[in-house]
Amino acid sequence: MAVLAHYFEVGRMDELGRMQSPIHRLDARTLIVTTAIFLVVVMSFPRYEISALMPLFLYPCVLIARAGLPVGYLLRKVALAAPFAIFVGLFNPLLDRHPVVQIGTLALSGGWISFASILLRFFLTVTAALVLVCCTGIQRLCAGLEQLGLPRVLAVQILFLYRYFFVIGDEGARMLRSVAIRSADAQALPWRIYGTLAGHLLLRAMDRANRIYRAMLARGFDGEVRVLRPTTPGWRDAVFAAGWTLYFVAARHWNLAELAGRVLDCRL
Amino acid sequence: MHMADALLSPAVGGTMWAASAGLTAWCARRVRALRDDRLIPMMGVMGAFLFTAMMINFSIPGTGSSGHLGGGLLLAILLGPPAAFLVIASVLAVQALFFADGGLLALGCNIFNLGVLPAFVAYPLLYRPIAGRTFHGGRAAAAAMVAAIVGLQLGAFGVVLETTCSGISSLPFRSFVLLMQPIHLAIGVVEGFATAALVGFLAHARPEALLTMPLAAAERRSLRPVLLGLVAAAALLGGAVSWFASTHPDGLEWSVAKITGRAAPDSPPDRVHAALARAQEKTALLPDYSVPQATSAPAKYAGKSLAGVFGGLLALALAGWIGYLLRTRTPVASKL
Repeated sequence: MAVLAHYFEVGRMDELGRMQSPIHRLDARTLIVTTAIFLVVVMSFPRYEISALMPLFLYPCVLIARAGLPVGYLLRKVALAAPFAIFVGLFNPLLDRHPVVQIGTLALSGGWISFASILLRFFLTVTAALVLVCCTGIQRLCAGLEQLGLPRVLAVQILFLYRYFFVIGDEGARMLRSVAIRSADAQALPWRIYGTLAGHLLLRAMDRANRIYRAMLARGFDGEVRVLRPTTPGWRDAVFAAGWTLYFVAARHWNLAELAGRVLDCRL
Repeated sequence: MHMADALLSPAVGGTMWAASAGLTAWCARRVRALRDDRLIPMMGVMGAFLFTAMMINFSIPGTGSSGHLGGGLLLAILLGPPAAFLVIASVLAVQALFFADGGLLALGCNIFNLGVLPAFVAYPLLYRPIAGRTFHGGRAAAAAMVAAIVGLQLGAFGVVLETTCSGISSLPFRSFVLLMQPIHLAIGVVEGFATAALVGFLAHARPEALLTMPLAAAERRSLRPVLLGLVAAAALLGGAVSWFASTHPDGLEWSVAKITGRAAPDSPPDRVHAALARAQEKTALLPDYSVPQATSAPAKYAGKSLAGVFGGLLALALAGWIGYLLRTRTPVASKL
């Protein structure tokens, strides 16, 4: 069932975030800032750039390797997220048809090159975001974001959303199952039934929220939500952030792939 | 499916991030000023509800397809704009982080398109005036439909603007608009149906959740924010119209003719351009501001004045709308 599948997904990524590894031991803020710089650098390349983007694959590859993240799982998630970028990017080869490159008998237009560039950017940015979450986990991520300036209300909101996603998802899955049993497994509900079903789910959610509030009051809630203080950054964080930032800047400034190619050419 | 990083430039992404971040900070302050502790768990649970509700599909009456709730407008109705904005921001953040649905730098754009427009434009300017203070099922459903459609149209237009300003996709503005707006009209109708269904249900099951929702803290706010919002929306729409008008200004045609020696640039003779040109011919009500097939001089003048009348009616409708919003409420007699 779609609901169950989705919230197992979310649970799995948080589980990965709670593993132990050299990357997991870094402060969440270090990873957030480095990933942000990575994203800005990737997006700042001009439209037709392909080769210069390749050296940037080093960042997600190294992180996945050092953190011990499952590659197949991450690749599947990237593939699932691809449709929008592919759909819009696909217009480029259709609209930009001036031939630019000749490979044997095949003439590639500028549109295909910019489409490939879009796909590469997409792959890099999505992988970086997934790796960030899988290396920090939602608690540390929200705490880190809050220290970097995210308003407390929003950080608390994300944590609550995460916590109650499973609870409400459970209710929703039960309701969907009962509808499926009574309707010979119809995929889409008639409109009026949807109103009643989703409406009842909404009412249950609201009542749940009120019960949660009373439970919080009973445990001494005074309006101030306290979030665990995460680790303090050390020299490893500084080295990590500075090292990767230098690499990103170098990759942006010089085309490292081309340089490597020329070096190989001279050697051979 | 939200905007991805791959199609965005850092300049546009950064600007929208700054705008969304500023609004988030403002909304956080407003929510804290409400001093309603119950709001904190309610917001979290509403966010979780939204996630779950997105997985429940319903069949749209009249067509064979199905859709699901987006939820921005419903949240604004239940929680009030500042809290609703924060919930939408959190849902989009979780989607971007855990489901790779929408890029991280595009998050600013997505929060703006899907949060600001339903919560701060569609809800106060369209839903509230139409639905009114005393609850009536039909009115609320109609209000939800209108607000959802307009909100989604504005959101889709925002995506088009942001992508075009970034310059990474080759899709020209006009084609992109012609592609996005009709699709999002359909999505807006779906959203309207879903929101109307839920609002209608709540009207029967728990009307007090809809009226002066204590969590929404019925703010006796002045009309100034409403007016400012209306001016901003009008400016946006006006800008959109003038942008359309300026894609073929006479000056451009003139300069192109001078440079290339032809009246208008040849579009590449391929099927996409031909199809889009045909679509444009079919959808343009008043191409070049006159009624088509106007050959004789009086007919041509009739065509131009028809465009004028059309524009005039639109302006009149807008003026009436502003007047409706500004009307003084008749004071209720005190019961003393």
